[in-house]
Parts: sequence; C-alpha cells; structure tokens
Amino acid sequence: MPVDDARQVLKNNCMPQGAIEIENLSKEYPYGFLHLKKRKSLEDLTMRVEAGEVFGFLGPNGAGKSTTIKLLMRLIFPTAGTARILGKSIDDVSMHGSIGYLPEQPYFYEYLTAHEVLDYFAKFHGLTANDRKARVQAMLKKVGLDTAKKIQLRKYSKGMLQRVGLAQAILHDPQVVVLDEPMSGLDPLGRREVRDIILELKRDGRTVLFSTHVLSDAEMLCDRVGVIVGGKLRGIGAPGELVDMKAQGMEILFELSGAAGNLPLLEKATRTGERYRVQLPEAELYAALDALKAANARILSVTQIKPTLEEYFMHLVETDRAQVSAVEVSGK
Amino acid sequence: MRNIQTVAANTFREAVRDRVLYNLVFFALLMMGAAILVGQISIGIEEDVIVSLGLSAISVIGIFIAMFLGVALVSREMDKRTLYALLAKPVKRWEFLLGKFFGLVMTLTVNTAAMATGLYMALWTVKHPLLKSDAFILAAVYLILLKLALIVALALLFSCFTTPFLAILFTAGIYVAGLFAADLRIIHGVGLDPGTLRLMRAISYLLPNFQNFNVMGAVVHGRGVPAAIIWHATLYAIVYIAIVLTGAAVVFSRRNLK
Repeated sequence: MPVDDARQVLKNNCMPQGAIEIENLSKEYPYGFLHLKKRKSLEDLTMRVEAGEVFGFLGPNGAGKSTTIKLLMRLIFPTAGTARILGKSIDDVSMHGSIGYLPEQPYFYEYLTAHEVLDYFAKFHGLTANDRKARVQAMLKKVGLDTAKKIQLRKYSKGMLQRVGLAQAILHDPQVVVLDEPMSGLDPLGRREVRDIILELKRDGRTVLFSTHVLSDAEMLCDRVGVIVGGKLRGIGAPGELVDMKAQGMEILFELSGAAGNLPLLEKATRTGERYRVQLPEAELYAALDALKAANARILSVTQIKPTLEEYFMHLVETDRAQVSAVEVSGK
Repeated sequence: MRNIQTVAANTFREAVRDRVLYNLVFFALLMMGAAILVGQISIGIEEDVIVSLGLSAISVIGIFIAMFLGVALVSREMDKRTLYALLAKPVKRWEFLLGKFFGLVMTLTVNTAAMATGLYMALWTVKHPLLKSDAFILAAVYLILLKLALIVALALLFSCFTTPFLAILFTAGIYVAGLFAADLRIIHGVGLDPGTLRLMRAISYLLPNFQNFNVMGAVVHGRGVPAAIIWHATLYAIVYIAIVLTGAAVVFSRRNLK
C-alpha cells in the first residue's frame, strides 16, 4: 500500500486500535558548531502495526530503523509527531510492562551471570521471587543458555549476548515485542531458533515488530513489512503485495545428453555441466517444451520467475541514492 | 521505591564485583604502617597523628571513589548501552538515577565504615583502652560520608549533560571552590568594589560549603563535636543533595541516548 494511503487509513477514527500507531514521527539531530545545523534521521513517519501481526521493518544501515525503535522505546525523543503502543502514549512508562525490547547489539552488565541479569530485569516487572525463578529458568532454556547460566556475561560471545537480550525481552510475557536486528550475530542454528521464537510469539497472539536488513527473514516471517530508506517510509504492505506477485516469465531447467542438434533455445540458455537453464516469456513456454521433448531433453523443473522482496528493496535503495546524487549535483 | 532499591542493590553489587572495595587493602596497610611507625617517631602525640592520618585517608580515598565512580554511574551505562534494556522496562529515568545514587552511597558507606573500623584498630594498638572522647571520630566519619554523598550527587549531575572527563573536572572544581565558600563570605576591605563583593557573596551561597563537613581539627585535638553542627550539616547535605539530584533528573529525563 502506498504510504499516503496508509496515512489516510490511520486517520480514520473508526479503525480498531492498532498495537503500534505512529503519526508523523520525525527526528532531527543537531550538528556542527553551536549545533545550528540539523540532520534529519527520520521524516514524517506514519504507520501502524496491527495487533497479533509480525511486522518487519526493513531498510539499509542508517535508514532510520533503529531511530524509530528508539523513539518508540523513549530512548530518544522525537522532534515532531506522536506514537502510541497498545493505545497509550509512548511517554507513559507504565506501558513498558506490556512491551519487550531487544536493543541492537545488546550489551548487559558483564559482571552478572545470565541468570542474575534476567532475575534483575524480572524484578522491574513486579514478579514474586518464585515466579522470577520459574520464568528465568524457562527463558534460559528457551534461548539455549541453560548450561551457561552461571558464567559471567564478560565471557559470552556476541551470539550468546543476543540470546540473553532476547530472553530479557520476552521474560515477562509482553503483548508487544520490539526486536532491533534480532538475528544479528547469530549462527544459522541461532537464527532458526529466533525465527521459531518469533513464530511462537505470533501463535500466542503477540505483536512482533522487528527490524532487519536480512530480507529472507522478513519474507519468511512477516505478515507485513515496511521499507524505510533515507529516513522515509517508502512502502508498506504484505511482502507479496509490495513486490507484485505477477510472474515475470518462466524458467526451464533441463538436461541434454548427446548431440543437441541446432536447438535454437540453447542460444538463450546458460549451461552448467550437463544442465541448461533458460528464461523465456510465458507465451513461449509450450513451444519451448515441445522443442525440448523433440530433442530428447530431460525436463528437471519449470518455475515462474517472480520478483523478490530483495529486488523491490534494492530498487528503492537505488532510487533513493539516485535522488540524493541528483540533489548533490544540483547543489541543493 | 522498589525500582530504586533494585537499581541501588545492583550498583552496589557492581562495585563489589569490580573490586572497588580493594582500596581497603591500601587503607589497612597505611594504618598498620602508621601504627608501627608513629610510636617510634612521635612521642606523646601518637593518637593525634593516627586520627589525623586516618580521617584524611578516609576523606581522600572516599573523594576519589565518589568523583570517579559518581561520574561513571550514568556515563558508563550510556557508553556501553546497558541502559537501553533497563529503560525499556517500567522504570522511570529519575528512579534509575536515584537508584544509582543510593547504590554508590551504599558502597561508600560500607567502605567508610570498614576504614573507620581500621582507624579504631590502629588507634587501639597505640593507646588502649580507648577513651569516651574517641567516639567523636565517628562524628567526623559521618560528616565525611555526608560530604561524599554530596560529591556523588554533583558528579551525577554533571555526567548527565557532559563528557566523563569534563564531569570529573567540573566536580573537582566545584569541590575545591566549595572548600573556600565560607571564605568568600568574609572578604572585606581588599579593595574590591561593593558590586563584586555582593557577587562573591552570592556565589559563596550557591556553592556547596564543604567546610560544613570538616570537624577533623576538633576531633584530632580531643575536642567534642556539638550536636548542632551535626544536625546542621545533615540538613544542609540533604537539602543540597535533593536540589542537585532534582536538577540531574530534569536534565536526564530529556536526554537523548546515543
């Protein structure tokens, strides 16, 4: 959905309450001598995350993803605009009892063990000693740190710290979970475990907003994604909607042994060993298959060529860079 | 209140695990050395030397800890970003600040109490039994502790809006200026115009008067410390610390983290 349409929808008061509602949020950082110059880190962001959905916040490094999340968590303050989580203003700190947050590249008190740091955070949620003990133990098990729980965090790897971060974010069973680059620093097994946790949160009806620049994760997990580039929201919607699911052509993978004769299809094909791969318009598919059958080719697969989220994402990033370059060239 | 307690307890645990209390070893060695040497080089004034040296050491070591750890309380959390996960919990920023303040004051209390015990032990080795008047040493130690709490509050305030290096400089500067705050009020007839004198007097009342906490001279020479002085210093410290911490909370409440 185009961004302007999303803004109109958000202004409609008849809409049920979203889990996260952001309206015209902007952040400028002063810089230079006497801080007279301003650098825009986020411009007029309006978006909404529905209750119970997994929302992916995509963008290249420095696009404004972490800025948005820090604004939501009140770690920094907006230059303009407002946001609400579960219907409450982000200025209301009591609402943090219903939110879990994993910072980007989390760092915790290194003199504590994983068990101690989780117990410490649990105390802020008013859990009793018995509840804390049970929750902390369950979380350590869930993120795979049960055997390392008595080791001080100063001896933890980056991936292990990421797991501690995830555990403290979901420790109190929050309604809304905000994860800033949750896959960062994790090995393939760890990434899969995080994906499973996100899906489990979704099954339990929790709302998950996570930022990433790993597009395959977003495609795999998200009900909807928002793409932010250069501090501006460039697109929002289901991954399929954004990339236009219409097939752009067909791809045939086949093997050809012996003499191929003068099969015209081979001129367009890419060869890897005995295998050939050819891309062609959908209208030419059946004629090509007939020709391959006549040449005794073994058809291995026929697939639709669809644009990926990555291509959509790259298109937005390149457009943004081109615009920035144009502005620089014109001296504005 | 629970949040403040939790942060304070963790701050104390951090100081213990970061081996801050190891300074006590240095103090113990100093006191032992003094107790052995003092009997050989000073005849008749052993007690004065031990008390003077002990109270000075308690004060100087405490000032170093209060200043450096006081500045690090917030700046280290911001630098290492340990604050992020914490502030995402239902914790108000002023609760975090107060927790940090009380955590370090708790550390300084334990540290100062341990050093005071060491001082009494050293005193006992050169003169036993101890006299009733030796109890006044406790009053001096208590006032040193109030002074340290005020220094922590100042360090916390400065670290909320400037770099750690500048915060230490500002805290040290205010401390040194505060030692002479009382003198600024009594300057007369040194060729200054009335406007300048008024300004100096105003500054002297704004600066924390650290001389309010200094009763070392009276204690060393066995004179008592009137209760009124202790009450006055206590009230002064509480009011001044409350004002400084309120300022710190106001600044920190709108501080953008990195």
